[in-house]
Amino acid sequence: MRALFSNPVAAVGIVIVGILVLAALFAPWLAPYDPLGQNLDSRLMAAGGGHPLGTDELGRDILSRMLWGARTTLLIIVLVTVTAAPLGFVLGCLAGMLGGWADIALMRLTDIFLAFPRLILALALAAALGAGLENAVLAIAVTAWPVYARVARAETLSIRDSDFVAAARLQGASTWRIVRRQIMPMCVNSLVVRITLDMAGIVLTVAGFGFLGLGVPPSTPEWGAMIAAGREYLFDQWWVATVPGLAVVFVSLGFNLLGDGLRDVLDPRT
Amino acid sequence: MASVSKRRLAAAAQQFAGVAFTLFGLLVVTFIIGRVIPIDPVLAVVGDRASPETYAAAKVAMGLDRSLAIQFGLYLQGIFSGDFGTSVVTTRPVVDDIVRYFPATMELATVAIMIGIALGVPAGVLAASRRGRWPDHLVRVVSLLGYSTPAFWLAMIVLLVFYANLGWAAGPGRIDVYYEDIVAPVTGLLLFDAALDGEWAILGNALSHLALPALVLGSFSVAYIARMTRSLMVEQLGQEYVLAARAKGMSEARVVWRHALANAAVPLVTVVALSYGALLEGSVLTETVFAWPGLGSYMTNSLLNADMNAVLGSTLVIGVVFLGLNLIADLLYTLLDPRVS
Repeated sequence: MRALFSNPVAAVGIVIVGILVLAALFAPWLAPYDPLGQNLDSRLMAAGGGHPLGTDELGRDILSRMLWGARTTLLIIVLVTVTAAPLGFVLGCLAGMLGGWADIALMRLTDIFLAFPRLILALALAAALGAGLENAVLAIAVTAWPVYARVARAETLSIRDSDFVAAARLQGASTWRIVRRQIMPMCVNSLVVRITLDMAGIVLTVAGFGFLGLGVPPSTPEWGAMIAAGREYLFDQWWVATVPGLAVVFVSLGFNLLGDGLRDVLDPRT
Repeated sequence: MASVSKRRLAAAAQQFAGVAFTLFGLLVVTFIIGRVIPIDPVLAVVGDRASPETYAAAKVAMGLDRSLAIQFGLYLQGIFSGDFGTSVVTTRPVVDDIVRYFPATMELATVAIMIGIALGVPAGVLAASRRGRWPDHLVRVVSLLGYSTPAFWLAMIVLLVFYANLGWAAGPGRIDVYYEDIVAPVTGLLLFDAALDGEWAILGNALSHLALPALVLGSFSVAYIARMTRSLMVEQLGQEYVLAARAKGMSEARVVWRHALANAAVPLVTVVALSYGALLEGSVLTETVFAWPGLGSYMTNSLLNADMNAVLGSTLVIGVVFLGLNLIADLLYTLLDPRVS
């Protein structure tokens, strides 16, 4: 942890991600207005006059919607990660350990998923599943796990012939036990790096979904949907679309910096 | 020698089998997305106000009354005979739509990749040769920013700044309305077609329209190419031949640009091919903002209207192009690097 803070790249990343988490947790207390509260008398107002970042096309306070939007983004990131990461992790480690047909089958399966550009596959899936938060999470998770499986497998292959694994096997440990006790702890580092970098991409995908109206229901504060709503007023009230976009860049950059820094610290080989 | 060529042949056959398998997998995935996941694909086609007779007829016409295996067979048969179904929105066959929209995307992606190479490679080389100093940090931060920016938002910002405020470039669309349909669509690539006809005013107008979307898309490949170039160059600059070249007094510029870059060039080809594939992905959201009449706009339009035939057709085409690019990258790698056999 100390190594992480002494790495300037990672430290900036931690601060940004920390701000996201705090904003998401304390949105109800931090937000000056109700994120859904419309006030058509004060629509499309510039910053100032009680609204630090102005108001949108329905007179809703942009700052409040940004803070609540942090919740939406963080929620989707967490849900995708808890769905896709364990699946990819276990499958990858098992495939690497078992080798043979299990390994070939898994690699071929990931080949197929990785043959689509991720966003395209996620969009097609979301179109078939229909709108809604759960479906957006599912669509993104389906495109995320193959990468994790690949990383876990590569890492497993590099350690499965080590002496300590052989020792565990000599002591009579089952394959599943070796995977759990010897292999998985060794794979965690590179997987954490991969997942963190991936979160940066998920932030962008979530925003893209919102922009196309595929993610959360229309009135929910979500950054991508806010950008889409501001598109109509771009040339006259530029801040309506610009401000939520800055939030997306800021948070995505935070995860990228954190992942990059984590790689320096946890995975110095690459 | 015979054994070498035999081995090469076997490797090629294996590679081909791998690609064929993945292609089959792409078809399975699109089939599942189109026919298995939606709760009622018929309803999506006929709409919820259709009469029971219409519904039943559509169900039979789509082959949905038969088993999944037969449905999949029919799906394959359709795809291989060039029938991707009909788009609900445009009412044209999806294949015709794709043929019509694809050149615009290709034109955009090609100009974008040229921007990516022209700026990304020098930036990466510079970062590697000044490793740990400010040019390196600058390139790192700029490429991380590139990785972190949503394409559709950047598209809106450049429109706001360079079109609305500064007036340096043309706005959304591929060409001004009064220039539309003047040049004969020979290649479908407007820049080429205009040049072939000698219509320089149209060429200029098309370039002005192309500038902003190409810049937005290009900035993403700049980020990727710069980062990959940097790490490839760092690896090369640590090699002993670099030390030897420096020891015999060769100028640093020559060491970096002639020797190290030449060796990094082979894997760079792979990087460029992959980033071309990433541009197809980026084009989906960029084209929408610029009203660029390409495959990306077509796909997002179909998404918004739940036009699944069109969505899956575009998904499949993009997947196949992506796969093809990977294959080309592999082949070029073996061709260019004499050590790989």
